[in-house]
Amino acid sequence: MKADPKGVLTGIHFIDGDHAACEGALAAGCRFIAGYPITPSTEVVERFAQRIPHIGGIFIQMEDEIASSIAIQGAMWAGKKVMTVTSGPGLSLMMEHIGLAAFTEVPCVFVDVQRGGPSTGLPTLPAQADMMQVKWGSHGDYEIIALSPNSPQESFDLMIKAFNLSETFRVPVFFMMDEVVGHMVERVAIPEASKIEITERRWSKKKPGEYKPYEAGPDMVPDLVKAGDGHRIHITGLTHDERGYPALNAAAQKKLVERLLNKIRLRKDELVDVRQDGVEGAEVVVVSFGITSRVAQAAVEEARRKGVKVGHLRLVICWPFPAALIAELSERVKAFVVPELNMGQMVLEVERAVLGRAAVVSIPHPGGTVHEPQVILDKILAASGKGAPAPQRAVR
Amino acid sequence: MNETMKAENPVLPYLRQDRLPHIWCPGCGIGSTVNCFARALTESKLDLDKVAIVSGIGCTGRVAGYMNLDSFHTTHGRAIPFATGLKLGNPSLKVVVYSGDGDLFAIGGNHFVHAARRNMDLTVICINNGTYGMTGGQVAPTTPLGATQTTMPYGNFEPSFNLPFLAEACGAVYVSRWTVFHVRQLIRSMREGLAKRGFSFIEILAPCPTLYSRRNKLGDGVDQVKYYKERSTIKDGADTREVGLTFQGDIVVGKFVDRERPTWLDAMTRHYTSVINDYQGVGHAED
Repeated sequence: MKADPKGVLTGIHFIDGDHAACEGALAAGCRFIAGYPITPSTEVVERFAQRIPHIGGIFIQMEDEIASSIAIQGAMWAGKKVMTVTSGPGLSLMMEHIGLAAFTEVPCVFVDVQRGGPSTGLPTLPAQADMMQVKWGSHGDYEIIALSPNSPQESFDLMIKAFNLSETFRVPVFFMMDEVVGHMVERVAIPEASKIEITERRWSKKKPGEYKPYEAGPDMVPDLVKAGDGHRIHITGLTHDERGYPALNAAAQKKLVERLLNKIRLRKDELVDVRQDGVEGAEVVVVSFGITSRVAQAAVEEARRKGVKVGHLRLVICWPFPAALIAELSERVKAFVVPELNMGQMVLEVERAVLGRAAVVSIPHPGGTVHEPQVILDKILAASGKGAPAPQRAVR
Repeated sequence: MNETMKAENPVLPYLRQDRLPHIWCPGCGIGSTVNCFARALTESKLDLDKVAIVSGIGCTGRVAGYMNLDSFHTTHGRAIPFATGLKLGNPSLKVVVYSGDGDLFAIGGNHFVHAARRNMDLTVICINNGTYGMTGGQVAPTTPLGATQTTMPYGNFEPSFNLPFLAEACGAVYVSRWTVFHVRQLIRSMREGLAKRGFSFIEILAPCPTLYSRRNKLGDGVDQVKYYKERSTIKDGADTREVGLTFQGDIVVGKFVDRERPTWLDAMTRHYTSVINDYQGVGHAED
C-alpha cells in the first residue's frame, strides 16, 4: 500500500538525521511514540511531539525508557504502528522489553542514536558501540533486524524500510544511528506519498474463536489482530503455545524459540542489504556501516589513487549479518579491513564468515569522534602489501 | 438436584475454562477477587469485547491469563505503562490493570506514581497479600513492620507503604480498600472503579496462607479472613493518612476518594483543540 499523505512532508528539506528519522517514521505510518529524553536522540521525539497533533496520533513522554519500551507494545496491540527512541543508557534500560517484543512478536522500531559508552560515557559524541548489545542484549535466544543509515537522507529512507520489515517479520527493528548522523544537517528529499511503499500490518481474516495468535504459516510469521475486536487474545511473555497460552515445558520452548529464530535465519537472504563500490575484482575490501562508511570512503578513494584495488562494502542491514556474502568474497580477496566506532564488534562477524580464508584487519576506535581517514588508508595499504605491514591488534 | 445447583456457575463464562485448574494455592485470596471482578463486569454491563486486562508478574500476575478478555501478561512491574499504551492506542477500550503489591509498588512503583499523576484512564486493582508469593515469601514494600519473611528472617524492620495515601497523593480520582471478606462491597467498588473516568485504584487485602500466614504462625486462609472480619472498620471518606496497616492490627476499609480531574487524554484533547487549529485527534477510528 502507499503511504498516508497526512504523514508525508513532501519536498526538499535541510534537516539533521534525527529530524529526518522522525519524518521517515511519520511517512511509514508511525502514529504512536512513547519516549524519554536522552542525548543525542531527543530531537526525534521533539519533532514528533510537534508534528503528531497535526497528523493524528499520540506522543507521550514516559517516566523512563523502561516504560517507553513497553508502552509502545501496548499501543501496537491497540493497532498502532509504533516506535521508541533512545541512546545507550536508555537502550540498556529497554533490554527486557526488547526480549518481550521479540518473544510476543511485536512489530516495532527502536531508534538508537549511538553515543560513547559504557555508562553515561560521551552523551554528545558519537560511537557505534551498541551493535552487539542490540543483537544479544536481552536474555534468551531471539532474532532482530538492525539497519544503519549514514546520512539524514538515509535516516528518512531506511526508516520506512525499518517499519516495513518490522511488519513483514513481526520483530523489533533497530535503527542504529549515531551522534554524527543524528546531528549532521544535509539535504533530504521526501517524495510524494504515492511514491512511498508501505507494508501493511498482517491482519488476520479469521473470525473470533478461530484465530490463534501464534499459529504461523510457511513463512513462520503469524498474522495479527488487535485488542477490542472480539478475539479475546491472551499474550504472555511466558513460553506459549499457538493459542498464546503459557506452555512451560521443553517441547513448547523448542517449537517457539526455533520458529522465532528461523523466521529470520531461514529467510536471511531476503534481508541482505549492502552497498558495494568496486568490490568486484578488489584485493582489499573495506567493510563499514553508518558514519564510518563516509570516512572510509575517503580512504578508499585515496587508496585507489595509489593504485590499490580496493572495494567498499557498506552494511545497510547489519543484523542479520550478511555472512554468506562475506564468505563468498573471502575466496577472492586478500584482506578485509573493518573500521568501526567501537573496539571491535562487527569485525567478529566478518572473522566468523571469513574463517581464515583471508586476512581480517580491525580498525577499532573507542568513540568520541570519527576515524582519521589516514588511519584507514594506512591499513588498506598495509593489507594490500603496498604499505607498512599491519601490526598485530593490541586490543581485542 | 435443584435448579440452582444445575445452573452453570455465573462466573464461568468470564474465565478461560480451557486454562483451569488455576495455579493458586488452597486458601489464597486471589480467586475470590477474580470471582468479584467477574460479577462486577456483569453488573457493569460493559461490552466485554472492549475490556482488556493487563497484569504484571507474580501470583496476581496470572489473573490476566484466566480472564476471557483481551488479556496481557506483561513483564514484572510494567503492567501500567503497557496499559497506558494500550489505552492511548485505542481510547474506546476499558483497560484494567490487575496485579500484586510487589509488582505494582516495588519494581513498578514509579509507573504507578506517574500514571496516577497523569490521571491515565485505567482501573488499577492491587491484590495486597503483603509478600512475594511466586518467589517464595520475600519481604514486600507492603509487608507490615515486624512480620517475618524469608528475606526478613528476624522480622521486617522496613516501614511499609500506605497504598491509599500514596494513590491519593499521586492524583488517583477513585481510591478504595477492601479485603476478600468484603465481597459485596468489593464488587460494588470494582463496578465503580470500572465506571470511573480516570485513574481508579482499588486495594484488596488477601491472604497468602502458604508463604505469609504460615511463616508468621497466623493459621490458614480462613483464619486470615476471620482476622479481616474482626478487625476491619468501614470508614468511607476516611483520611487516607490515617489508614496505614500494621501487623495483624486494625484495618480501615471503605471508599476513601471519589473526585473529578481531567484524564490525560481529556486534558490533551481540550488543550490541543484550543491551541492547534488543525488538531487531528489521536488518530483512532473509534474516537
